[in-house]
Amino acid sequence: MQTLDMADIELREMNETLHAQAENTNQTSWEIVNPKGAHAIACGLDAPIEVTVKGSTGYYCGGMNKQATINIEGSAGPGVAENMMSGTVVIDGDASQYAGATGHGGLLVIKGNASSRCGISMKGIDIVVHGNIGHMSAFMAQTGNLVVCGDAGDALGDSLYEARLFVRGSVKSLGADCIEKEMRPEHLAILADLLERAGADAKPEEFKRYGSARELYTFKIDNAY
Amino acid sequence: MTDTSNGAPLTTPIQSATFSNPVNAEIRRAAATGIYDIRGGGAKRKLPHFDDLLFLGASMSRYPLEGYREKCETSVSLGTRFAKNPIELDIPVTIAGMSFGALSGPAKEALGRGASLAGTSTTTGDGGMTNEERGHSNKLVYQYLPSRYGMNPDDLRRADAIEIVVGQGAKPGGGGMLLGQKISDRVADMRKLPKGIDQRSACRHPDWTGPDDLEIKILELREITGWKVPIYIKVGGARPYFDTTLAVKAGADVVVLDGMQGGTAATQDVFIENVGQPILACIRESVRALQDLGMHREVQLIVSGGIRSGADVAKAMAMGADAVAIGTAALIALGDNDPKWETEYNALGTTAGAYDDWHEGKDPAGITTQDPELMKRFDPIEGGRRLNNYLKVMTLEAQTIARACGKNHLHNLEPEDLCALTMEAAAMAKIPLAGTDWYPGKPGTSF
Repeated sequence: MQTLDMADIELREMNETLHAQAENTNQTSWEIVNPKGAHAIACGLDAPIEVTVKGSTGYYCGGMNKQATINIEGSAGPGVAENMMSGTVVIDGDASQYAGATGHGGLLVIKGNASSRCGISMKGIDIVVHGNIGHMSAFMAQTGNLVVCGDAGDALGDSLYEARLFVRGSVKSLGADCIEKEMRPEHLAILADLLERAGADAKPEEFKRYGSARELYTFKIDNAY
Repeated sequence: MTDTSNGAPLTTPIQSATFSNPVNAEIRRAAATGIYDIRGGGAKRKLPHFDDLLFLGASMSRYPLEGYREKCETSVSLGTRFAKNPIELDIPVTIAGMSFGALSGPAKEALGRGASLAGTSTTTGDGGMTNEERGHSNKLVYQYLPSRYGMNPDDLRRADAIEIVVGQGAKPGGGGMLLGQKISDRVADMRKLPKGIDQRSACRHPDWTGPDDLEIKILELREITGWKVPIYIKVGGARPYFDTTLAVKAGADVVVLDGMQGGTAATQDVFIENVGQPILACIRESVRALQDLGMHREVQLIVSGGIRSGADVAKAMAMGADAVAIGTAALIALGDNDPKWETEYNALGTTAGAYDDWHEGKDPAGITTQDPELMKRFDPIEGGRRLNNYLKVMTLEAQTIARACGKNHLHNLEPEDLCALTMEAAAMAKIPLAGTDWYPGKPGTSF
């Protein structure tokens, strides 16, 4: 276990050290102590390493992550795991706005609640939230899966593309072009896998699935002429 | 209507200036279709522009440089504020962001070829970075847009600069469009969208709001790229003084300022023609913001929106820009709207020079299309040659003017080298009306 103490080193040195880890590094286990809500912690990683942040983080922790596993033993500020490509980010506490925004791949697990715009514009990432999510979540979500074990706020999935949304609790309102859809066996299988990987104590049968009505996919033109 | 039954002379039919033929045609089109008009390009209305300014040249009180012998430098460094590796360009004319998707792969390749030959940079667009473009561009600026289509850390690290697009001159406050005809398999795959849909890009970024957040976003991008590459912020010509101030506050190395004549691949005509300010009205306000912050030349200013010639380049630089960017002009240099395709333009209901339905993907010149057959018409090597020639001419023209003003570097051009032909241009550019030492709003005057 390598320890990086942010009481002693600057953000730049901390990220530079993690960026220097190559594909075949022997130093696969890292610990960041005294994060004190700093921004951009462990962003842009690209190696199969495991990083544990001992405390809460500011904006964009784990941004654009590739390959790495990042555990946040606290809560995460806005944009955690934004644009993640692969790997895993697990947050023990809550996540602020835009969690997993525009993520292309990998798994984001939020064991507490997520604020507004969770999974906004997601492009292939899988997100599992053990608690509730805020309003405008999955806005313009393109692909990937968003699993919510609690409730969802207003305007879920507004202007949705092909992302799949699974919610166990209530949905305050659905956004434009987002509708409830049939839960088929393949969806139950996806859910079962994600719930297991996220360590969530919930059964796939308890969820409802939401997706795009695809009414906004083309401009409506009066073609009478 | 005049009663002519008594043999009195007819009145001459007069078209309404308010309800002109184009206005009436648009009303009929709207009534027939139920959807607003979508088109490409920038504002087509007549606007105060660089044509309304003139250079004074040298005389008894100014000493000119010899036109073909004495040195007149054209190089520019962009991103000297924070980046370890600023972009060094031979000429101050860059290629603006245009997406793969809006343009074909070969057209993007041609832009890279031409820009590289001329010693300048080109820019990606709302669709990600293609290998053709990266491979043929010595200096490539990677746009970071609200949609984040194709955004990934590998391309971020192989870019020479990052341009965070906050706004665009053609549509400040709006997102772009790419209609179904152009969402080919490759475009759909890069953007992670269903094939053939009418795609609307978001108008604001998904994971930050306001300049305080943007400052942290820039920190993240710098951390991911090791503080190596410059970060530009592009704004549309809306509130240039405040937009520039906030961009500098957020940590920009370079501000890109785009006036309403700047083109777009596709958006609503009503947006293009009615939102934003002409570039002439924006430059001095942006420069004033930089000067008030003590950042003029420290944070570089790139100006775009209707730049067509070396004279335009020189005028923008005389008003304080460090460089300019061209988009529409570059497409014309490649062959867009060329009269040699006139028959085909006519078949599309338009004429060479007026064709702007780029979103339909039927471009006879094979540039703004994803149709494999049309794309074959465009040769990226020849396109690159033509763009390089055009950039060379613009540079020579700007040098010609600078020498005539006694300047041994384009950056030495200054507002005092200019006069304005109209009251409007004088007011907007804060340049004295020709024959006077006055412009509307000049401090110390009562007008």
